[in-house]
Amino acid sequence: MEEFVQHLINGISLGSIYGLVALGYTMVYGILKLINFAHGDVYMMSTFFGFYFARWLGFAYTPSVIGALIVLFLAMAACALLGFTIERFAYRPLRKMPRLNLLITAIGVSLLLENGGQILFGAEPKFFPELIARTELFRFGNISISNFQVIIIVVSLSFMALLQYIIFHTKQGKAMQAVSFHHEHASLMGINTDRIISFTFVLGSALAAAAGILVGLAYPRIDPLMGVLFGLKAFVAAVLGGIGSIPGAIVGALIMGLSEEMVVGYFSSTYRDALAFFLLIVILLVKPTGLFGKSTSEKV
Amino acid sequence: MTKQILTFLIISSLLFFGNFIVPAMMNPYLFMILIYCGINIIMGVSLNIINGITGQFSIGHAGFMAVGGYVSAAISFYFLMPLLSLFPSDNTISLLCQNTLFVFSILLGGVGAALFGYLVGLPSLHLRGDYLGIVTLGFGEIIRVIILNLDFIGGARGFTGIPAWSNFFWVYFFAVAVVMISFRLLRSSHGRALLSIREDEIAAESIGIPITRYKVKAFVLSSFFAGIAGGLFAHFIGYLNPSSFTFIKSFEAIIIVVLGGMGSISGAIVAAVITTILPEALRPLQEITKTDFRMVIYPLLLLTLMLTRPQGLFGHKELSDIISPFLKRKKSL
Repeated sequence: MEEFVQHLINGISLGSIYGLVALGYTMVYGILKLINFAHGDVYMMSTFFGFYFARWLGFAYTPSVIGALIVLFLAMAACALLGFTIERFAYRPLRKMPRLNLLITAIGVSLLLENGGQILFGAEPKFFPELIARTELFRFGNISISNFQVIIIVVSLSFMALLQYIIFHTKQGKAMQAVSFHHEHASLMGINTDRIISFTFVLGSALAAAAGILVGLAYPRIDPLMGVLFGLKAFVAAVLGGIGSIPGAIVGALIMGLSEEMVVGYFSSTYRDALAFFLLIVILLVKPTGLFGKSTSEKV
Repeated sequence: MTKQILTFLIISSLLFFGNFIVPAMMNPYLFMILIYCGINIIMGVSLNIINGITGQFSIGHAGFMAVGGYVSAAISFYFLMPLLSLFPSDNTISLLCQNTLFVFSILLGGVGAALFGYLVGLPSLHLRGDYLGIVTLGFGEIIRVIILNLDFIGGARGFTGIPAWSNFFWVYFFAVAVVMISFRLLRSSHGRALLSIREDEIAAESIGIPITRYKVKAFVLSSFFAGIAGGLFAHFIGYLNPSSFTFIKSFEAIIIVVLGGMGSISGAIVAAVITTILPEALRPLQEITKTDFRMVIYPLLLLTLMLTRPQGLFGHKELSDIISPFLKRKKSL
């Protein structure tokens, strides 16, 4: 039982990191109908941005909460810029092209970031600096909760709440909903669709950056290919919850994190990477629209 | 039809003689590139059936190649090699037997891949396009994890001791067969049905084309060919490792299709040759700069291609469509 509770806590904290990345996938899919393969690599870039910012600013050697927050916001800003650049120079010129071309471009950007990262940062793994000292907060018998797990859950929840506010209570957010509903109709209503799409990429990339820094804190081993599988799993989480749906992405990510933790805890860790795709195939067989997705009928 | 069979026989006999001449003409390194060209042609042309002609997006082609490679390697290693050792060695009959068994093993590898293609395609092909992409990508990963955990085919250590039965003749024999079957398919009523699905699914369905059934058929055929490529690859290097069948391998196949032009078979052939030779030709650059810039050049090439010439080198056209106007002009003169 104690073991189960421990896995539950680990699963939730892993799931909330997946959630931050899955939100980016689901927002971009909702607005452009594009599987943004480069999103996982934006997340990877953020850990490296964090790594270098922490070094240059000297936070790597003296753990402090302020330093961690500064690194977090700097990495988020850098990734927002990266996301904006990717959208502006790779995806926007192809807006009128078939979606297949957009998908291939996304794969190209993703490969460019992965391979460019291997050249820039070196292919061997690096170790993310300890920005906050790891301490144990609670211990009940064999169950232990570290401050990292609490930080991860609190930070992700607050960003999710912020996103919820932006999307449903601000003018920008309402414009995002309108654009994802119908591009042309939205632009007829005086919405600058290109700007809203850029805004979506900026938001999604900033969230992925937050996830990257949290992962860097909790699991310090970072390398240029870490975003590939993580990104795919986050995408599967988004599909699980119903792609295009914001609460769906969060619930899907929690299910994903928990089931992965359980598989590692009770079966074998070699199957953890296959689990995500097994889940995906089951969903597609049983409920292709995902848990929260709406099925849309195609009009001719 | 008879004309095609005749052409095929002529090409095969030419390849048969080439088998004695070509390996002697070049050094082992060039010969290896030549064989990889042939295998990549099969990969490109087979992926073109599903990605180019049918317009569905599969990004797990390496998974099917892995299935084909491992199935045919396991059959050769566990059944055919003991069977072959019953025959006396060093004579023409045993050579003949070896080659017959080799074809048998390659085809079984293809059938294994086709079976998986059916299993993967059936649930995902009746959904909208993007799902197929992500399911095939996932399938490629699942296959890799399963292979890693199967000990009788080597697991993570890799599968060693596969008989090196592939040669110039068989690789190009299968390449020519795959190319000709693709052309026949494209010009048949089946091919037209697939093209109509690519152009507009709803319109195709409304004129009575069972789109899911056609998509699954195309997918199964495409995986069958990928399995053949895998078998040839396994029997050429004599060693298989799950890490040779990652996303990167699938992306290479996609790059071939995109570079050649979606749906163009001759485009896929040309692109397969280019993408096999280009990384090797860029090797000197790596020695000068001391860093492997090829990895960056590849995706940059893909991006520039998408931004400047999204239809690929050939577009929807075939080589014959491009050459024939020139030929006609000459005739009229």
